[in-house]
Amino acid sequence: MQLEFTAEHQAFRKEVREWLAANVPAEPLKTFDTEEGFQQHREWEKKLYEGRWGMITWPEEMGGRGADLIQWLIFEEEYYAARAPLRVNQNGIFLLGPTLMEYGTEEQKKKFLTGMATGEDIWCQGWSEPNAGSDMAAIRSKAELSDDGSHYVINGQKTWSTRAVWADWCFGMFRTEPDSQRHHGLTFILVPLDLEGITVRPIPQLDGLPGFAEIFFDNVKVPAEYRLGGEGEGWKVAMATAGFERGLMLRSPARFQETAKRLVELYQANRESADRDPANREAVLRAYMDAEAYTLTTYQTACRLIKGGKIGAEASTNKIFWSELDQQMHATALSILGARAELQPHAPDAAGVGTWLDGWMFAQSGPIYAGTNEIQRNIIAERMLGMPRK
Amino acid sequence: MDFTFSEDQLLFQESVRDFLVNEITPEKIRELWETDSGRSPELWSQLAELGLTGITVPEDFGGLGMHMLDFVLLAQECGYVALPAPLVHTAMVAVPLIVNSANDNLQQTWLPKIASGEAVVMVGLEQNIFVEDAHIADLLILEKAGALYAVEPGNATLRANESVDLSRKLFVVEFDEAKADKIAEGDAAQSLIDAALNGGALGVAAEALGLAQRMVDISVQYTSERKQFGVAIGTFQAVKHHMANIAYRLEYAKAPAARAAYAIDHGQDKIAMAVSHVKLAASEVANLAAKNCIQVHGAMGYTWEVDLHIYMKRAWAYASTWGDAAFHKQRVADYVLANDAKLGAGNTF
Ligand SMILES: Cc1cc2nc3c(=O)[nH]c(=O)nc-3n(C[C@H](O)[C@H](O)[C@H](O)COP(=O)(O)OP(=O)(O)OC[C@H]3O[C@@H](n4cnc5c(N)ncnc54)[C@H](O)[C@@H]3O)c2cc1C
Repeated sequence: MQLEFTAEHQAFRKEVREWLAANVPAEPLKTFDTEEGFQQHREWEKKLYEGRWGMITWPEEMGGRGADLIQWLIFEEEYYAARAPLRVNQNGIFLLGPTLMEYGTEEQKKKFLTGMATGEDIWCQGWSEPNAGSDMAAIRSKAELSDDGSHYVINGQKTWSTRAVWADWCFGMFRTEPDSQRHHGLTFILVPLDLEGITVRPIPQLDGLPGFAEIFFDNVKVPAEYRLGGEGEGWKVAMATAGFERGLMLRSPARFQETAKRLVELYQANRESADRDPANREAVLRAYMDAEAYTLTTYQTACRLIKGGKIGAEASTNKIFWSELDQQMHATALSILGARAELQPHAPDAAGVGTWLDGWMFAQSGPIYAGTNEIQRNIIAERMLGMPRK
Repeated sequence: MDFTFSEDQLLFQESVRDFLVNEITPEKIRELWETDSGRSPELWSQLAELGLTGITVPEDFGGLGMHMLDFVLLAQECGYVALPAPLVHTAMVAVPLIVNSANDNLQQTWLPKIASGEAVVMVGLEQNIFVEDAHIADLLILEKAGALYAVEPGNATLRANESVDLSRKLFVVEFDEAKADKIAEGDAAQSLIDAALNGGALGVAAEALGLAQRMVDISVQYTSERKQFGVAIGTFQAVKHHMANIAYRLEYAKAPAARAAYAIDHGQDKIAMAVSHVKLAASEVANLAAKNCIQVHGAMGYTWEVDLHIYMKRAWAYASTWGDAAFHKQRVADYVLANDAKLGAGNTF
């Protein structure tokens, strides 16, 4: 064990820090759940791409830096510490990109990877359907291959698709074998959202902004070459997208360490009123410790993976830990803010409330998306601890 | 940056686990409860033969010359079997204190005997008011008014205090400074006292991780066998989630234990925070394990006969020993709320 960064790591950190200092917009961008904010974030992605900082874990020949997981963690630390914009194309870069590299044909890689990296093509995910949420294998949306094999005809509905309102493409799973059951007979297809027969209906989230959408497909013709992986192999390909290592990258520790730091600052700035309830101090300390535990454990996992180790079902612990931590930190912040906690930031007497309320609302979704925490607990019990299924 | 244990460290852990699980069965623990001392000299000799009593004793004094990081994995295994012997105290408290005391006489007299299993040295601190295993100690090292004394057991009076965990032997020890050897005072004593407390707290934290794992293992097995409503109770989701809730918090308390051991070995300035963090996290998860595991056992869990309570009671006891929660929270606060605290991304290592 050796818990110091190498000289190369330190040099890398310095390079990231300097680039971010010179390039992160001075004014925070508008949220990407608005049209204007979406475009601003798209431009930011372009800038990252031009600096070769957009997808550092991608191989060099694809415009990345071939960064390992430790470099990735360092990058994220600097990124969050610099309060750089959230990543509008994370579905593309972190989820679809690596899957394309694994399952895509040469033509597909050529066609999709660059646009994804530059932010020209923003991708949304189409897994969930009205009747397929936690039970993703219940997908019903159909894709029928035309007789000449040139295209699929898609009918059905996807829902809760994040950023679909202004996205350009959707990747999703569709039932290609008419009477197939569960995870059989599903196919992974890439769909341009401007095709005829597609209707995107925005769904306002808790904050009133259309952060996700329903997507309706009415006889939508999609070229057959947009299938990723084999016909009927959709589940396998999708599992690669949702795989454990990707889970590790979904929420890097830096994000929560910065929230914990802001929480300590908030507490220090409101010490007198906050200390009227001793629970606040305790919760602030817990936030720090849990963010620290998440960081240490993630580094440990990353090091194990770099050395050729594997992660299995214990990865399900990750999702629960960070999402509960995020809720707990925001709840503490609201408790410290007291009567002002409910005020929207633009209210005349809301001085000092920051973005905690927005963060609190978003934190409510953490235990739901990317596999609910109940589903994660089932996985931990059955696959990590070996408890009986039936 | 390499946050992994070495192949050798993991192999050593495995072999110690095999030995302990075979030797320290629940039956053996119950047998020792019935004896006067509650301790087994044979077991201590066996541990010495494996090199474990001298694991942190420098090689020059007949030990293995290992460090906290090597032992922290083994301490988890000691917890896993609720070891009724002061091995963790020896390796993480008594030996490091003697080694760091820079007292030749103390080192030459005691280190070889600890390594060979001939002698047991126990440490008592004012922060940790009950001295463990004082009744079998050949030497006591005790804190009094900011100084440390080496006290021969014959010159001390011991008052036994029974613990909820019958395997724990606790004593209030009184002694007369005139009949003791002062081994350190002032700053030198304080730094030895701090180090001893950190070693002890990390030791019981690591043991608590093993205890939590043991309670989970016992309960997973029980709930896979016990049937109600025609099925194993382990198929019920409420039961599963009781177990999962322990497992995910346990998973996130292990790396902090390794980091605290590393911080001690390397004399880092965040030792106090790192140790207190894992002490709090490990106590919490071990006590959650106790609570959830008794629940999934139903009435069985409330009996003397079922082995669960061996581990459960140890977990309860460890929550407040080597610094209680208030003490450790204050130390985390001292770090986090300091004016120049280094918080946020990039400040963990
Ligand atoms: C902010 C946000 C963004 C999202 N983005 C996307 C996206 O981009 N693309 C996409 O495809 N989807 C997306 N989703 C959808 C998300 O994946 C689903 O919400 C999630 O899988 C749960 O499905 P559901 O909402 O239908 O809830 P349900 O499955 O109906 O679950 C409701 C409740 O029942 C519980 N439950 C269900 N089954 C079980 C079980 N077996 N055991 C125990 N409890 C159970 C759940 O845990 C939950 O508490 C997003 C969701 C949110 C909140």
